[in-house]
Amino acid sequence: MKALMFGWEFPPHILGGLGTASYGLTKGMAKQPDMDITFVIPRPWGDEDQSFLKVIGTCNVPVVRYDVPLEKVKAKFSKYVDPQEYYDFRDHIYADFRYIKTNEFGCIEFSGRYPDNLLQEINNYSIVAGVIARTYNYDIIHSHDWLTYPAGIHAKNILGKPLVVHVHATDYDRSRGKVNPQVYGIEKDGMDNADHIICVSDLTRKTVIEKYHQDPRKVSTVHNAVEPLSPEIMAIKPEKRTKDKIVTFLGRITMQKGPEYFVETAEKVIKRTKNIRFVMAGSGDMMEQMVYLVASKGMSDRFHFPGFMKGKQVYEMLKRSDVYVMPSVSEPFGISPLEAMQCGIPSIISKQSGCAEILDKAIKLDYWDTEAMADAIYSICTYPAMADFLQKEGKHEVDNIKWEDAGLKVRKIYDELCF
Amino acid sequence: MKTICFCFKIHQPFRLKRYRFFNIGGDHYYYDDFSNEDILQQIAYSSYIPANRMLLEMIKNSDGKFKVAFSVSGIALEQMEMYTPEVIDGLKELAKTGCVEFLSEPYAHSLASLFDVEGFRQQVEQHTRKIKELFEQEPKVFCNTELLYSDEIASLVADMGYEAMITEGAKRTLGWKSPNYLYRSTVEPNLKLLLRNAKLSDDISFRFSDYSWNEYPLTADKYIDWIASTPDEEQLFNLFMSYETFGMHQHVQSGIFEFMKALQGFAYEHDISFSTPSEVLKKYKPVGIISVTHPISWADEERDTSAWLGNILQQEAVNKLYELSERVELSQTRRIKQDWLYLQSCDHFYYMGTKKPLPYSPYSSPYEAFNNYMNILGDFRERVEAEFPSSIENEELSALLKQIHDQEKEIDKLENEIHALREKSYRKKKV
Repeated sequence: MKALMFGWEFPPHILGGLGTASYGLTKGMAKQPDMDITFVIPRPWGDEDQSFLKVIGTCNVPVVRYDVPLEKVKAKFSKYVDPQEYYDFRDHIYADFRYIKTNEFGCIEFSGRYPDNLLQEINNYSIVAGVIARTYNYDIIHSHDWLTYPAGIHAKNILGKPLVVHVHATDYDRSRGKVNPQVYGIEKDGMDNADHIICVSDLTRKTVIEKYHQDPRKVSTVHNAVEPLSPEIMAIKPEKRTKDKIVTFLGRITMQKGPEYFVETAEKVIKRTKNIRFVMAGSGDMMEQMVYLVASKGMSDRFHFPGFMKGKQVYEMLKRSDVYVMPSVSEPFGISPLEAMQCGIPSIISKQSGCAEILDKAIKLDYWDTEAMADAIYSICTYPAMADFLQKEGKHEVDNIKWEDAGLKVRKIYDELCF
Repeated sequence: MKTICFCFKIHQPFRLKRYRFFNIGGDHYYYDDFSNEDILQQIAYSSYIPANRMLLEMIKNSDGKFKVAFSVSGIALEQMEMYTPEVIDGLKELAKTGCVEFLSEPYAHSLASLFDVEGFRQQVEQHTRKIKELFEQEPKVFCNTELLYSDEIASLVADMGYEAMITEGAKRTLGWKSPNYLYRSTVEPNLKLLLRNAKLSDDISFRFSDYSWNEYPLTADKYIDWIASTPDEEQLFNLFMSYETFGMHQHVQSGIFEFMKALQGFAYEHDISFSTPSEVLKKYKPVGIISVTHPISWADEERDTSAWLGNILQQEAVNKLYELSERVELSQTRRIKQDWLYLQSCDHFYYMGTKKPLPYSPYSSPYEAFNNYMNILGDFRERVEAEFPSSIENEELSALLKQIHDQEKEIDKLENEIHALREKSYRKKKV
């Protein structure tokens, strides 16, 4: 079965959980012998792992016909694709796109991030999708998150094959209910046109049904999983420089993640204890506000902001921690507590996160219940049995949550759609 | 002649209130009065009270041939005295018929038999006093918390002078043996054992209204037939269950009360009688010995202690609790003694279990149960340690306390002497 997947991020260059989930899912699905996946992203860097699927960058697909000699094409694209592919694509340009700014190869430039002209980039992405869908044949189309829904619809119209949209988040999660009408429009359009909708948690499924008015019969949940840690990461054993216990918040410092509840909790704990420190790692639009909040509560000496972290730094930070906290107000899934648990860090998560649906060996609380959160943190830092239990059992639990199984569920949906 | 020995267990813990770590050191009241009262009243009205009425009626209708036994924890009795004295009145009335035997158990429904020998003895004595005071009976048969039993416990119980003990007919201790006989303990040959018939007991208490059970619906007729059709040598059927079976686990709509009432009629038809545990001891002779090296109980499929001690959270909590036992022993403060009992109820540890869902737990997760309990224990510990400086070892402290006590006595004695002498000399002067 040949699947055409549209995504926005793919490791190693990722900005959020979407890239990690896309990678895990495709890798899990690739274990099925007859699965052939093509993954489209706006801009590949050339170092993506293509051992189990094919990555196409929309920035490398021409939409305007120029006569470019093979030598030049080779020099430019051989890092990413077979140069012949460039000519194949060029033969399937379906309209006059000269009004769009293109480079000398007739390709549109993409930032591959979330720029200010995001809507324009989404539109361009969809134009390129049309070329790809006309060039090759696929059995199913799979769009990851709203940015790629228009592309998915476009490809569906051309190929006449079923469209699956994968909801990793909705605008209701990102905005705590104050949705952007344009984004909502794109999301709703994608879901309306989809033959099936896959949600990453029952929580998201509920939002999709209730807020986007979708027929429950075509909405199913496939929980995310987590990749086993690489030996390289397992080997990270950072020394602890302090005897103090470290409580960590790790993620974008935005409204969705509930950072203010973490600060409030920290205040309650710091007031009563002498050996617990708090760390808020990451960056985001609420960071400044949080720094001021911490300062105004007079606890800057025990509350730290190390800034944005990536790659190995994340694991170093995690492994130095004694408690991981994710007080998300609304988290469609939330893969990071799973990563923390893989490292053997006792985790506290909000009941409003999708991952709470599949985790039992973590402490689950309401995000607003800062008293309970403070209590749980105190307990893990004070009673060794609690820390031991969550550490051991938690690791055991996440080690059994595999992308392969998620891949099989997605495959079942494909099979039903394709008969 | 076959006989059925019914024994009903009643216990309700003092559920703990939400106790955050910032309460430690400031708040010394640990119980959720509202929910305790609420839950007990609910259970009383849907179960205990109608069940008491049912038993009384059955005893009266049978001219005293119908007999049952109760094992009620001291803590449950305390709560019922506070919140639902009607239940106590009902039990007193049952006691007066002479057809009801009250068994002995540790006052706090605790795991003390496994961790704190001295505390265990005291709790049993305290429970006996309570039973005597309320029901004017001296318990002769012992029924441990949750039917916990092991050879060690057998020795403890025999030491206290009990003739018999009730426990689970666990498959892994019985092997090929049938629970339908009287047995003896291997370490204490004089201690007789009544073993619960798990299948027949659970048929009533768990499966009675289970639609998916292949024997559904269970009728009294069929049930008695099962008992009657056992081999003639098997004469003793020990049906032990929690009293909430009637009206709570099995709703009144399920017909459980009618089932019980019908049961005795069919029993007499088949020449099956009812006995209290003490009567069983008189009627039957032990046929074999039972040896249990690892403690058994009636809980879960495992029939062991894993419901309370299955994970490291539970073990930690129990160990931290019983670390305090010697100190608490030395304390004379009533509040401390009382909290010590209430905190020992095994339910607190049960709520920390992670092997299966716990529908009756007041907590949303086992972790919350653990946090809450440990916080309370932290405060309790501070209070206990504040009584005497922790720099003094328990033994030394005990010796000092004894010395003080002896000296006080001595002073009293001497004072009395002085008094007497003064009086003497005063009288002499007068003369």
